[in-house]
Amino acid sequence: MDTLWRLVAISISAILVQNFVLVRFLGCCPFLGVSKKINTALGMGGAVIFVMALASLLTWLVQYFLLAPLGLDYLQTIAFILVIASLVQFVEMVLIKNMPALYDSLGIYLPLITTNCAVLGVTILSQTNGYNLLESVVFATAAAVGFTLAIVLFAGIRERLEESDIPEFMKGFPIALISASLISLAFFGFQGFNL
Amino acid sequence: MMSKNPIGTFLNGIIKENPVLVLLLGMCPTMATSTSVKNAVGMGLAATFVLVGSNLAISSLRKVIPDKIRIASYIVIIAGFVTLVEMLLKAYVPALYKSLGVFIPLIVVNCIILARAEAYASKNRVFLSGLDGLGMGLGFTFALCVMAAIRELLSTGSFYGISIFGEQFNGATMMVMAPGGFLTLGILISILNIIKSRRKGGAK
Repeated sequence: MDTLWRLVAISISAILVQNFVLVRFLGCCPFLGVSKKINTALGMGGAVIFVMALASLLTWLVQYFLLAPLGLDYLQTIAFILVIASLVQFVEMVLIKNMPALYDSLGIYLPLITTNCAVLGVTILSQTNGYNLLESVVFATAAAVGFTLAIVLFAGIRERLEESDIPEFMKGFPIALISASLISLAFFGFQGFNL
Repeated sequence: MMSKNPIGTFLNGIIKENPVLVLLLGMCPTMATSTSVKNAVGMGLAATFVLVGSNLAISSLRKVIPDKIRIASYIVIIAGFVTLVEMLLKAYVPALYKSLGVFIPLIVVNCIILARAEAYASKNRVFLSGLDGLGMGLGFTFALCVMAAIRELLSTGSFYGISIFGEQFNGATMMVMAPGGFLTLGILISILNIIKSRRKGGAK
């Protein structure tokens, strides 16, 4: 029961209280870059959930069976980014071969994920927090769900912004950033939870 | 844009193509580390070091790296420099290392660095690439410091840790947290847009 409660606490905290994009500032580039349409935002979110869960599993194994026993902890950054880059490449190849339909909808977002700092961030954070294998996979999945939630909410707002009358100098990025600021403020309402 | 003149290359990154304010690259570290001027300077200089180092290395290897695996090779080179910075900061300025936290290893995925490697260092001479890295890095540092100055002043009433508005100043804690970051950057860019449109109007 204790483990289960811990897992629930980790997920709620990663999705709402410590939302990756809106509270921790990880993954801002895709958050601002591919949030013009709800559909693309959903596609990006799906790809991120998939890659982040796999990446956290693999990096945890690399850390505990390769880096830690050999005393190579200082190579963590290089090892993790290599794992993520090759994982993304591999996922892309598998999808092209076996699931072309899924590839068509996720395909263009996959290469972008390598440089999504949320992915590298989640793997490093689970190491600093000392999570075990199950906890870090749950943490990564929840963080990715939080990312998707934020990006889809934001895309919904941007779709509406397109049609509204905005002062010339605010058009494009400035108004997007200010609406992001307001969403982020709303998410701070969850801050009171102590999990 | 691709100026071959060394001074032009250097200034390009600071003003005309400022990575944060004009190209809108590297948003995550920009917002996360511009909470105080001290952090901003530390982050900016760390990223500058990585940019110069990786630009120099990539530019000198540009004829050796095969085209197909260039992105992977760039990432490994950049990760190498980031590890170096991480170890140096940990050893010499542990306080800064602690306050920047996870954002030091995350310099690897800072879009500015990969973007400059791909757009500039892979096509230009070593010397010019180094200068481009330095200019871009300082432009990044400059933008971070402007944001950090605003946020630090409004939240704690101090600048570089030195109190300016006195003890009784009750700042807006929001400015130091995530919403303040988005808000400050949004307003800064809109101000830049106003200046740009004024200039265009004046030229007519």
